[in-house]
Amino acid sequence: MGYNCVVCVKQVPDTKRITGEAMTEEGTVNRAALPAVFNPEDLYALEQALAVRDAHGGTVTLLTMGLPAASEVLRDGLYRGADRAILVTDRRAAASDTLATSYILSCAVKKLDPDIVFCGRQAIDGDTAQVGPQLAEKLDMTQITYLEELISLEDKTIRIRRNVGNGYEVVQAELPVLVTVMETANEPRPPAAKKMMKFKKAFSPAEVAGKAEHLLEGDYENYTAELKAAEVDKYCGKLQGKGLLIEQWNLDDIEADLTWCGMKGSPTKVHKIQSVVLTGGQHKQIEPTDEGVATLVAELIEEHTIG
Amino acid sequence: MIEVNRQGEVWVFAEAEDGKLSDVPLELMSKGKSLAEKLSVPLAAVLPGKGVRPLADKLVAHGADKVYLVEDDKLSHYQTSGYAKVVCGLISEHKPQVVMYGATPIGRDLAPSVASAMKCGLTADCTDLQIGDHTEPVSKTEHKNLLFQIRPAFGGNIIATIVNYDRWPQMATVREGVMPMTEPDESRKGEIIDCTAKLDGLTLPLEIIESHRREKAVNLKAARIIVAGGAGVGSRENFKLIWDLAGCLGAEVGGSRAAVDLGYVNSDHQVGQTGTTVRPALYIACGISGAVQHRAGMAESAKIIAINTDADAPIFGVAHYGIVGDLNEVLPKMIKAVRTGAKG
Ligand SMILES: Cc1cc2nc3c(=O)[nH]c(=O)nc-3n(C[C@H](O)[C@H](O)[C@H](O)COP(=O)(O)OP(=O)(O)OC[C@H]3O[C@@H](n4cnc5c(N)ncnc54)[C@H](O)[C@@H]3O)c2cc1C
Repeated sequence: MGYNCVVCVKQVPDTKRITGEAMTEEGTVNRAALPAVFNPEDLYALEQALAVRDAHGGTVTLLTMGLPAASEVLRDGLYRGADRAILVTDRRAAASDTLATSYILSCAVKKLDPDIVFCGRQAIDGDTAQVGPQLAEKLDMTQITYLEELISLEDKTIRIRRNVGNGYEVVQAELPVLVTVMETANEPRPPAAKKMMKFKKAFSPAEVAGKAEHLLEGDYENYTAELKAAEVDKYCGKLQGKGLLIEQWNLDDIEADLTWCGMKGSPTKVHKIQSVVLTGGQHKQIEPTDEGVATLVAELIEEHTIG
Repeated sequence: MIEVNRQGEVWVFAEAEDGKLSDVPLELMSKGKSLAEKLSVPLAAVLPGKGVRPLADKLVAHGADKVYLVEDDKLSHYQTSGYAKVVCGLISEHKPQVVMYGATPIGRDLAPSVASAMKCGLTADCTDLQIGDHTEPVSKTEHKNLLFQIRPAFGGNIIATIVNYDRWPQMATVREGVMPMTEPDESRKGEIIDCTAKLDGLTLPLEIIESHRREKAVNLKAARIIVAGGAGVGSRENFKLIWDLAGCLGAEVGGSRAAVDLGYVNSDHQVGQTGTTVRPALYIACGISGAVQHRAGMAESAKIIAINTDADAPIFGVAHYGIVGDLNEVLPKMIKAVRTGAKG
């Protein structure tokens, strides 16, 4: 039997490459100055889902919530073998914290009715590891965090080894389940050249509208809003015919209750942001000589730090 | 979610495994005590489990005014659903204003599930908690005595202070080792409240087939002195220099993630964001560049000595003593100086 797998992925700023330029004078992070990447841990979630499909059949659907630019990670997922990609994008979802995000994702996942939802353990911009468990709760699905090995999947029964920090646990549950995947679980496959050739032309409607002047023919600049929308629709229809449309849902499409979305749906608020400043140059310089080291050690013995 | 409740208690989730309390809840008790005192409310611990009654006294000795004890067969082994149900039930009944959890694998599994069910806020991996006032930027409404949830974000490049003023309780997970544990006071008195789990209708969704847990080979948190080596040590064999210096100082051995990844030292020794957070009296960093994830775990050490060939290495930014030099030359000198110093 095949399994209906949904993988939740996120586009994140590459926090590993934060430099001074990416910080504003107020000490906040200028996201625009950072390259946007596929959240690294989500790649393991995707690989796990692809492995399930390859072994048992079924489909892998990618789901992301974000700006239209997040279509990029969906394309990347299609290059790696996902069957379907859905972008949830809506201005009213802006400034969602983990609770609001998990609510919005849960509305989208409900429409897909999956057997297994795969999430990365955490995202490198927030490092909260909260969205997976919150999503499981909202979907009333069995939550299995820290998947390290999917041991077996037989009919409706899944057996998983999970890393519990100071050891591991083997657990068994009935589908549907939501798992969060550790980086030790697998080795993500690279994008496939053939699929890249095909899916680099896959776009979401928001992208088509944003890049219309490049994608559409004619004197697009002078079109009326209605005409523009019609042209975008027509182009998206063509993409769909070729299997190249990245589906796009807004909050109405997923029947989300706006009370729980965006800023309003987010109980956590930022009080203050400070950049981390290194207090450089305040240390005492010790010479790497016998004498320098001996003096330091003597000082530490004197004040009873050592000895 | 519960309403804002200024009389609400401050709670700590008392994580226990195999009949033993983890360190974090005990670390959180001392922080919780100071928060509760500021708010003039009691500090309470929530202790679910099976056969955990003996642990309640320990929580009291560490500062709990009350312990909500929930004993049930279905709580004998941690599982999200049963534990979340118990914690949510207690929150709905007693309306605490603050609930803290350790940012351990269990705490990070449980707290988001509770937050989702309660529709309240949650801040992950806090490194500090304080009480303070917040003014809403647009409406200028002032909220007094909120829980400031302070945490690094964006890979440690910023420190964010998060508040939660309307949908309570205010919840946070707190990193292990960042709050110092205070000495227990065995003479303290506290109230132990027996609560029922109310799990009769619940079928636990997970079947635990196997469970393997082991103690860490080293207890870095308790170490007074740590000698830590990084990628700059060069090889597992050369790591002997680190072990030797640690040996003559009576110190524990730490390592950067690079040293662990390169196989120089076992992962139990890793210091940093994804390793152990330490605050020893003395931390000697040898051949460690001082990436933000490493500094996150050791910058609070009372004294830091950095040994590095690169004078611009960020580790010098947090060091009290800097030695620009080759560790292969400096460490033998240090070992010699300690040996002669200790004798004389
Ligand atoms: C999500 C995440 C979590 C992480 N968690 C952690 C964590 O918990 N702990 C952690 O440590 N890292 C962590 N890291 C990794 C971290 O970013 C760094 O990669 C790591 O700390 C580097 O280790 P290092 O300093 O030993 O190696 P390097 O950065 O390679 O530094 C080696 C240093 O040795 C010096 N050196 C070389 N030869 C000598 C010599 N002969 N004598 C003296 N000095 C010499 C060099 O000048 C250099 O400064 C994490 C990264 C990420 C992305």
